[in-house]
Amino acid sequence: MMPTVQVTPELVREHGLTQEEYGRILAILGRTPNLTELGMFSVMWSEHCSYKNSKPILKLLPTRGPNLLVRAGEENAGIVDIGDNLAICFKIESHNHPSAVEPFQGAATGVGGILRDIFTMGARPILLMDSLRFGDLDKPQTRRLFSGVVAGIAHYGNCIGVPTVGGEIYFNDSYEGNPLVNVMCLGIVHRDGIVKGKATGTGNPVYYVGAPTGRDGLGGAAFASRELTEESHEDRPAVQVGDPFKEKLLLEACLELIQTDSIVGMQDMGAAGLTCSTCETASRASSGIAIDLTKVPRRETGMNSYEVMLSESQERMLVIAKKGKERVVEEIFEKWDLHAVRIGEVTSGNLVRVTEEGKVIAEIPAKALADEGPVYVREECKPEYLASVQELDLSQIREPKDFNAVLKKLLDHPSIASKAWVWEQYDHMVRTDTVFYPGHDAALIRIKDTSKGIAVSTDGNSLYCYLDPFEGGKIAVAEAARNVVCTGAKPLAITNCLNFGNPMKPEIFWQFHQVVNGMTAACEAFETPVTGGNVSFYNESPVAAIYPTPVIGMVGLLEDITKRIPSFFVREGDLIFLVGETFNEIGASHYLAIEHGLEKGLPPRLDLNREIALQKFLLEAADRKLLVSAHDLSEGGFSVALAECCFSPEGGLGAVIDRFDLLPAGLRWDAVFFGESQSRVLISVKPDDQEQIICLAGNDRVSIYQVGKVGGDHLIMGDRVKIAVEQLAAIYQHAIPRRIGG
Amino acid sequence: MYKAMINVTLKKSVLDPQGQTVLRALETLGFQDAKDLRVGKFFELTLEAQDADQAARQVRAMCEKLLINPVIEEYSFQVAKEGNVPKS
Amino acid sequence: MKAAVVVFPGSNCDTDCYHVLSNVMKTPVAYVWHKERILPKVDLVVLPGGFSYGDYLRTGAVARFSPAMEAVKKHADQGRYVIGICNGFQILLEAGLLPGAMLRNRTLRFVCRHVWLRVEDVHTVYTRKMAKGDILCIPIAHGEGNYYCDEDTLRLMQDESRILFRYCSEGGILGDAYNPNGSTDHIAGITNKKRNVLGMMPHPERASERILGSTDGRMIWESLFEG
Repeated sequence: MMPTVQVTPELVREHGLTQEEYGRILAILGRTPNLTELGMFSVMWSEHCSYKNSKPILKLLPTRGPNLLVRAGEENAGIVDIGDNLAICFKIESHNHPSAVEPFQGAATGVGGILRDIFTMGARPILLMDSLRFGDLDKPQTRRLFSGVVAGIAHYGNCIGVPTVGGEIYFNDSYEGNPLVNVMCLGIVHRDGIVKGKATGTGNPVYYVGAPTGRDGLGGAAFASRELTEESHEDRPAVQVGDPFKEKLLLEACLELIQTDSIVGMQDMGAAGLTCSTCETASRASSGIAIDLTKVPRRETGMNSYEVMLSESQERMLVIAKKGKERVVEEIFEKWDLHAVRIGEVTSGNLVRVTEEGKVIAEIPAKALADEGPVYVREECKPEYLASVQELDLSQIREPKDFNAVLKKLLDHPSIASKAWVWEQYDHMVRTDTVFYPGHDAALIRIKDTSKGIAVSTDGNSLYCYLDPFEGGKIAVAEAARNVVCTGAKPLAITNCLNFGNPMKPEIFWQFHQVVNGMTAACEAFETPVTGGNVSFYNESPVAAIYPTPVIGMVGLLEDITKRIPSFFVREGDLIFLVGETFNEIGASHYLAIEHGLEKGLPPRLDLNREIALQKFLLEAADRKLLVSAHDLSEGGFSVALAECCFSPEGGLGAVIDRFDLLPAGLRWDAVFFGESQSRVLISVKPDDQEQIICLAGNDRVSIYQVGKVGGDHLIMGDRVKIAVEQLAAIYQHAIPRRIGG
Repeated sequence: MYKAMINVTLKKSVLDPQGQTVLRALETLGFQDAKDLRVGKFFELTLEAQDADQAARQVRAMCEKLLINPVIEEYSFQVAKEGNVPKS
Repeated sequence: MKAAVVVFPGSNCDTDCYHVLSNVMKTPVAYVWHKERILPKVDLVVLPGGFSYGDYLRTGAVARFSPAMEAVKKHADQGRYVIGICNGFQILLEAGLLPGAMLRNRTLRFVCRHVWLRVEDVHTVYTRKMAKGDILCIPIAHGEGNYYCDEDTLRLMQDESRILFRYCSEGGILGDAYNPNGSTDHIAGITNKKRNVLGMMPHPERASERILGSTDGRMIWESLFEG
């Protein structure tokens, strides 16, 4: 049934389309669109699907590299060769707005969506990571969102049997009412098993598989492209409900199907559902596609064509089979208790043609929907807030009297504290490949039947980006790379999720552009291309925009997993070295925010050459088995990093730092203890290897200071800090549970 | 067509952590009159049967075979003739 | 000894169990699809962890009606070996091969971490290479592992030494603080009267290789295969 509604200017506006965009639609069609067609254009031309506001900026990011088998934008996710005839496929995506409205289902379906993006390429998902941002955890509203999001991720990921192996969580007022839920998935695929999302071969049958279509998430893509307002809470029907069991069946059936050489392409139905999957597969293949809506399985009665084409019901796939292989396809889905319904076929020409009961409901050139949406170069201007927030007079910042108290306070801050309360709710071990559990600098997964390991880290310090978007973008990439390097793995490539406010505001767009510039500089320096990702705009609560938050998912390869480096101290008597240079940098630090209540100043400077030298040194040292442990210095600086090194899950170890005299003169003590100067790492080394490590650092022109020793049951730093490790660990571990109440 | 409304709860002898948590939450919200709370499951089942007795017999069998676990759960149900059976 | 791993829709530790049996323990092992009515000729059947049928209704409640479960029952009746791990344990309870039932964890949260188990009885094929009182470090990963049975059943199992593993502290002390899910009498694993069926919530297949942190789970496989 087709709604017979007159398309009025008001209706066009309600669909988020401008008069100009509507004019283009008229030109493309050569006639007035009907309501279904208008809906199809509106979802495909929304920011979520078309990147119309971000495309010109995203083009700055490097997307070429020697090991890329599929580049960013070509398919659902990029693919990187890792040797041994294997490749990895990974992507990060946001589910911020649905999670703000319904945290449990919003987060759960975020996990479901990114999993489909990976297995639709023929890859088996082997890990999930989550990068989360919330407001102040001491507020009940935040606790509700936080608990709901964590439970939703656990629900979906645990049930489907893909381990959630890490991620990060920060709490900051700027996310009040607008939490960020970014989910990353990585899959592994044989080089010859890669599946494309292409509808090739005229006459090839098109199958619909998975859950029946309901009214859920109607216009979700359009929904994700609007600012949250008070009324958003009335938008509840636009949140989808996930069924991880159904998805598990889909996953296994699709991967089994790929082995049979019976399909030419596959694409999940995510945002914009049937509309997006049909027009994108046809567009990539430069073909046409025809589907009959009468055949689409439905969960609800009385749905019209507009609703069916735009529904975002979860756990659905579009499969383009080879002609003559219909039985094979149908039998495999039957085996998994799924029903594959043939809804159409690939056609010659270039049209997406939708019929229902013999009548044409929509007829639109596939490329017009998928690739020829409008692109805008938005106005940008440097925000006025910057000058005042960047100003920081160090002489006005009093050094603390009690360093013990400051360290305890930092470890008790939910952004820094142990996240075990969260990751113990995730099955992080299923598939028996997780070698480094959450809590390490990066997660490390072994690849069975090879000597290889894959290290993954997600990072993004939004306070840095708020105070200096360019430097912040650079640091996000550098820190993610450093975390991967700390495990001994070589960084390969990144995926990214760019979370910003309303791009129509020139200040926001400027932030966006600057962050991307910073990321570009770092990606080029580290030779880690971008394989894909996602942009999430309109992250604004009624009060203000969120801090600009790029989340980088860095993936690295460890050729020989026996050379892995843990983040924790392992042995009494090992020597502790501080690698890298410390400066008087306390601007934008967690210390300044938590102890002095100031989110001000310039973030630390990142010298890319110094960072490259550090990473080269670490990789060489790891390869020569000179490192017992390595841990990156980040939020909370030296003292927090040192404490974290002491909290080994295998049993804590103390540390004594007694050679501050080696550090350059003229440093403030708070900068030494809590400053966040970049390109620094704490390593522990066997006493026998002392000379070799110093020599190697000298060759690589990296500063190295032998500042202390592992041992005892206290953390001692000069005469300023002395606390029992057990006491510190208790503060670190209880910070989140005590706020949640359990 | 008959409609069965089936309620399943944990037996009184079985600890119900979910019920206790919800009860505590109600108390925190100031509902001091709430004294006991059990969380259960509710099934709404449409079935074909010749009469109410036969429907009830079927529902009982379904409960005991699949819908409940007699080790921890108990159930009660009501059966009623469905009002507006849509013509097909 | 030959083994089979039953695959239910929603199983997700099937490949893990297969990997340990085949690659680590070097035992011949086959997958059995849940729709099969006949098992291959094997000595050991493993019901793996996961979320069979999405854990909808109750954990294990639907899987126990799978055709393969009839064959598993026959296999057990003949005195041959069956291990149910996590969801597999839940299925064994629903199928009546072991007594009791599972409730949601006391915290109402899913929990995945290493826990300590005390070996309570060594007179089974699963524990014969251990000593009573041995402490094992093996991970759990479940939302419903809060084992429940009535007092008569509990007393019977205690009298017959059918409780094989209890949650405990690193030093072997029993107590609520070391019980991760609230299970009755700190039960982590039990056997049947004939002592050929084992149900346990912890995952020995996740603790059978050094690279994964603990090899204590191997004791179970070694007891079975090298007894």
